[in-house]
Amino acid sequence: MNVIVCVKQIPDPATPGALDPGTKTLKRDGKLILDESDSYGVEMALQLVDAAGGGEVSIVSMAPNGEVSGMRTALAMGAAKGVLVSDPALQGSDALTTAKVLAAAVGKLGGADLVIAATESSDGYTGTVPEQMAEVLGLPSVTFAKKVVVDGGSLKVDRQTEDGYDEVTCPLPALISVTAGVVEPRYPSFKGIMAAKSKPIDTVTAGDLGVSPTGWAGAGQEIVDVAQAEARAAGEIIEDDGEGYTKIVAFLENLKVI
Amino acid sequence: MSDRRADLELIRDTVATLCARFDDDYWAHCDAEHRFPWDFYREMAAGGWIGIAIPEVYGGGGRGILEAAAVLEEVAASGACMNGASALHMSIFGMQPVILHGTDEMKQRYLPGVAAGEIHVAFGVTEPDAGTDTTRITTRAVRDGDVYRITGRKVWTSKALEADRILLLTRTTPLDQCTKPTQGMSLFLVDRHAPGVGVTPIPKLGRNAVASCETTYDDVVVPVADRVGDEGEGFRYLLDGLNAERVLIAAEALGIGRAALRRAVHYANERVVFGRPIGQNQGIAFPLAEAHARLRAAALMVREAAERIDAGLPCGEEANLAKYLAAEAGFFAADRAVQTHGGFGYATEYHVERYFRESRLPRLAPISQELVLSYVAEHVLRLPRSY
Repeated sequence: MNVIVCVKQIPDPATPGALDPGTKTLKRDGKLILDESDSYGVEMALQLVDAAGGGEVSIVSMAPNGEVSGMRTALAMGAAKGVLVSDPALQGSDALTTAKVLAAAVGKLGGADLVIAATESSDGYTGTVPEQMAEVLGLPSVTFAKKVVVDGGSLKVDRQTEDGYDEVTCPLPALISVTAGVVEPRYPSFKGIMAAKSKPIDTVTAGDLGVSPTGWAGAGQEIVDVAQAEARAAGEIIEDDGEGYTKIVAFLENLKVI
Repeated sequence: MSDRRADLELIRDTVATLCARFDDDYWAHCDAEHRFPWDFYREMAAGGWIGIAIPEVYGGGGRGILEAAAVLEEVAASGACMNGASALHMSIFGMQPVILHGTDEMKQRYLPGVAAGEIHVAFGVTEPDAGTDTTRITTRAVRDGDVYRITGRKVWTSKALEADRILLLTRTTPLDQCTKPTQGMSLFLVDRHAPGVGVTPIPKLGRNAVASCETTYDDVVVPVADRVGDEGEGFRYLLDGLNAERVLIAAEALGIGRAALRRAVHYANERVVFGRPIGQNQGIAFPLAEAHARLRAAALMVREAAERIDAGLPCGEEANLAKYLAAEAGFFAADRAVQTHGGFGYATEYHVERYFRESRLPRLAPISQELVLSYVAEHVLRLPRSY
């Protein structure tokens, strides 16, 4: 079984991020790391291939500056190879362009039995790329997978909902987005990170894949303004005079949570 | 960037990420409960970090002291300090005498297990009546056919409670029968669970997750096959690893200093007194800046010493200076971290008191700062021998 995982390389959330005042987008000129939300997909893929008893995990990524350190982390976990689409012309690409580019990268790898993505990235949060990719690739798509089992030629997925989960079956090949917590991602081992250095990453441009226009030119959206998120309102402090719990019960009843 | 430098960054990043799973509260509990950090140890073993300096042919990572030092520094810098570093320290570097002088059969028997973290090793050298004057040890091994019979006593055998084997320095020829005091000593890999081996933890100031023990040997039978190298050459074999150990301890001290400084800076930014963060006061800020400067300078010496060891160059001066400078820098940073926290620095909740207790250790071990200075005075500056 061959699985392709879409991975995003993002600025380290542990260091303060900054917006480019000109483009109103996140600055990405520092070191980029593997988005933690993608590590679940990589782990899921590795486990599925392992359970299938053969095949390999590949990764696809898109970055404007040729960065591969986040991809190396995924390779260190056990993925076999990757395709990076790196092109200055990609700067400013919207979600649909991203989906087209990643879909073309999947095509360059010759497709797969399963394509996995995170439900959304930790820096952009559009949360639409996986479904757009599925449309571009002409694959069935299951979102918010919290449990994934391959059963012959089909996929059984527990799909997270607000109330619980739906049991969904779909034919392979397919594209799924997985939630954080679908599996516990492994840490790369010493031998894994050393082996990852010599694993192939094929770096191509959007033009090589025949995707155009890209970047700002191809974007169907425009960022017109960026504003500070509204500060959270101060909470209500209840002094406990022995009857404090009644006020808490009333508060929760008012919210209709009890 | 050279390949090795790039690898070091990868190693540091990966170990730091792994260690972040084990936060300060985890280590505070291990310390308070005198509990060995098994979860952490197993995670490090599974990642192949414990075997990083063991040759690849025996299941290790085949890297040098530079990489081992980076691993241990990152472990300590995570807030694990010596509790984390000492859990791994002996397994990471302690088998050097076996790697260099053991028979192939011995290496096959032990090294893969040590690299995988399955065989725990402790180190028994120091004796209550010998201390740093190692040639005065009296633990005696007497050949009896295919075995040796060992009788004696050691102190400060760290990790003896968990150990499967103790790398034990013994006298096989009494001192008065040797032409030189450094002769007549032999190293053995003693089965910790053999009849006659006794282990008693020594109550101590800090690093309580890893016990240091008094170990006693009462007519313990050890097969000749568990003697490391030739009889009588044990002291020489031991020397092969001493500079490496100093560099690793130095790296651990740097890690403690980094952890302490990180907490101190965070607190100095957060804590508001008299209407402003205390870090705005130069009385707080300058010592922290100085701690940073000291740590950075010591780190350069640690790196130089490690690179010389790995290159097979003489490194007595560099290894000793690295241990001296890093131990002082780590202690200074930990002390200033407590001071920055004021009264709260004395409370366990803020963790800096634990860092402070553990930062005292690299100033004492593996040898005291004074003995480092003695070495430098005699062997580097060519001053008269003190003793």
